[in-house]
Amino acid sequence: MLAEVLRRLGATIPVMGVVAIAVFALLHVTPGDPAVIIAGDYATTDDIARIRTRLGLDQPFHAQVAIWLGRIVRGDLGTSIFSGLPVSTLIGQRAATTAWLTLFAMLISVGVGVPIGVLAAWRKGSWLDRGVMMFAVSGFSMPTFWLGFILVYVFAVTAGWLPVQGYQPLAAGLWPFLRHLILPAVTLSVVYMALIARMTRASMLGVLDEDYIRTAFAKGLAPRRVLVRHALKNASLPVVTIIGIGFALLIGGAVVTESVFALPGLGRLTVDAIVRRDYPVIQGVLLVVSGVYVLINLVVDVLYVVLDPRIRY
Amino acid sequence: MTQLDRRRFLAGATATAAAALAAPRAHAQKSGGTLRFVAQADLKILDPVWTTAYITRNHAYLIYDTLFGTDDKLQVRPQMVDKHSVSKDGMKYTFTLRNGLKWHDGQPVVAEDCVESLKRWMKKDRFGRLLAAHTAKIAPADRRTFTLELGERFGPVLEALGKPSSNVPFMMPARLAATSADEQVKEIVGSGPFRFSKDEWQPGNQVVYVRNPDYVPRNEAASGSAGGKKVFLDKVIWRYMPDHATAAAALAAGEVDWWEIPPLDFIPKIEQDSTLATFLPDPLGTQGWLRPNHLHPPFNNKKARQALVHMMNQETYLQAAIGVAKYYRPCHSVFACQGPYRSTAGAEGLARQNLERARQLVKESGYDGRPVTVVHVTDIALLNGAALVTRELLGSIGFNVDLKAMDWSTNLAVRAKKDPPDKGGWNIVHTWWMAADVMHPAVHFGVSGAGPGAWFGWPEIPQLEKLITDWVRASDQARRKQIADEVQKIALDEVAYVPWGEYVLPTAFRRSVGGILKFIAPLFWNVSIA
Repeated sequence: MLAEVLRRLGATIPVMGVVAIAVFALLHVTPGDPAVIIAGDYATTDDIARIRTRLGLDQPFHAQVAIWLGRIVRGDLGTSIFSGLPVSTLIGQRAATTAWLTLFAMLISVGVGVPIGVLAAWRKGSWLDRGVMMFAVSGFSMPTFWLGFILVYVFAVTAGWLPVQGYQPLAAGLWPFLRHLILPAVTLSVVYMALIARMTRASMLGVLDEDYIRTAFAKGLAPRRVLVRHALKNASLPVVTIIGIGFALLIGGAVVTESVFALPGLGRLTVDAIVRRDYPVIQGVLLVVSGVYVLINLVVDVLYVVLDPRIRY
Repeated sequence: MTQLDRRRFLAGATATAAAALAAPRAHAQKSGGTLRFVAQADLKILDPVWTTAYITRNHAYLIYDTLFGTDDKLQVRPQMVDKHSVSKDGMKYTFTLRNGLKWHDGQPVVAEDCVESLKRWMKKDRFGRLLAAHTAKIAPADRRTFTLELGERFGPVLEALGKPSSNVPFMMPARLAATSADEQVKEIVGSGPFRFSKDEWQPGNQVVYVRNPDYVPRNEAASGSAGGKKVFLDKVIWRYMPDHATAAAALAAGEVDWWEIPPLDFIPKIEQDSTLATFLPDPLGTQGWLRPNHLHPPFNNKKARQALVHMMNQETYLQAAIGVAKYYRPCHSVFACQGPYRSTAGAEGLARQNLERARQLVKESGYDGRPVTVVHVTDIALLNGAALVTRELLGSIGFNVDLKAMDWSTNLAVRAKKDPPDKGGWNIVHTWWMAADVMHPAVHFGVSGAGPGAWFGWPEIPQLEKLITDWVRASDQARRKQIADEVQKIALDEVAYVPWGEYVLPTAFRRSVGGILKFIAPLFWNVSIA
């Protein structure tokens, strides 16, 4: 198992290399030029040309790729064209916000989605089941930004219980930290909660018809024990897959939530960099995020083995 | 119609301003506190000489000081300068700095710092380059005094040094001003009323400024960037909120104190809230532009360009772009209508739409039916509206139009291209300029006819370049006005660009904020929070 994990970790290196070159190539074929944005409105064509030369943007594509990859190999993600700050510093400033937001959103999604999915399957066809499915369909259909604004209006503007926007680090105290994360995490979690609930229900329905479940009930085991210990464990592989994919999607989905709640996270860093064509920042963030995706996939694969010892790699 | 519109605009704007003007000053100014401000954009670049971005200019007004400031009546007044004199022949200026000026690193401000700062600024700024071309020598005379000797007559020396908008001649220590004008300075050290808190700067989120305890303000009332920069606040935090609804909710909930530029559709809601107020900080406003590309057909032909003037109906553009009548006004002058060079010279065609005449000019131009590429910026509401009006009007006078939709950033790259429209270039772009940047010929990019050295669109009109040189060499105001009129006549006849009117944008703040000054940029001295 350990050897397999190490082999998979080693395999991430070429994957990351391909991602890096693809990201670099895609960015350079999209229209836009950071030099004109830096130069500002009053710049002449000559001003822009000077800035392009200074930034190395006038060099051929292969030369730019080589310089960038050389830096990456040395662990240097480069420097923001605009702010002059190292990309690693910018990512460091933002990573904690996105990590906490994603983690909280996933905890809420799993904490609510799995139990209601199990209950819906157990009470298939009942009002409870229909209610859960109605929630799942509407939760999946609601645009994140719309839900965010509704929650802000109700809980922040009208009730005044929670802040409208912003982020407080854990160092500022547990309550300020949590207060600022509740609304964004709930906003972000609803769509995944719905997805996980549907997947859990579907997967549980397949398992609840199995003979061993009937046997467990016949033995007189409590429904809770049968559902959690026997059914859910065997129904969890697709759910774990969805949670893994959901984690990756949450990082992407955080862009909208971070904008609505003005959270300084990686999503907004990426969008701002794209708008300005700040190539080193876009490349650095995408490289880091793709690394996280690869690791999440690895963790999911390891979890398969833990949940079902029959699986071998 | 025009007079009525202007009256209606002024009545509305005055009412708005009058209601709000009292609000910032309604309570006694007290010292201390933190002001949370939602800035118009994210501050990414810190060097105000390296870029002309307005957000960087606004940031620099907190950090850096200027030799001269511009008051709210557009008069240039000394700021860092204690006294100045001009030789009898008008060719030598002597400036003496105020006592007690210090950089944020504790070093005293000396004349050499100012000389180096001016030299760097003169390499980047249009007005600065004009001044440099007329300057024989600029050098320190002693620790607090420096001289500027002209090689050729240059009238508006003080106007250049007190230029309020980008690039503003901000003063930096000589060691930083020695940085190439094409490189960013590596340290942010000014002598202004606030210090930049670099450790708290998070691009994309917040910028933090703290009061400079060593700053010695002039003993005068504050007015624009002139007068005494008395600081009441301990700290100013700029927040960047890309979502307008979030900024509106944060202002209403008291999580921020001042929102620099709320979109106009948020203003009615803000004005209904008794804890909030609005204010017109820059009544001079902003001018909209339609700029043809002079390099390629059909607008390399003067008649085709003149058709653009005759098709213009500013009211239609302003309605589509701004929408709320009290915030816009038609202005048939290439120079700001609230400024000293406002003119009607040569503007007859611009003032009265004549589609028939425009159609005739298109025919006379020999237009061959090739598509006219209009850059359509979709993510900025006012440019989106302007481009759609242009498409309709161009179609109505006989042009085939290719509306090229793109975001603002892509537009910046596209408009810098000199390629033909069918190879990624363009025929028409829309943009806007603050009134301070179209105030007179030396700052106005739209009246430059420098060809490849002109602003995008690259009109080559040597008469304009000559007249601009004449303008800076003129020493009396009457002569300057006469030359400015001539500049306007030629600019409109050659159609360097077509102005589509002026508009103003209110700012919004909580009533706990007092002392906001009228200026083209948000200023944080004189401001207090209750």
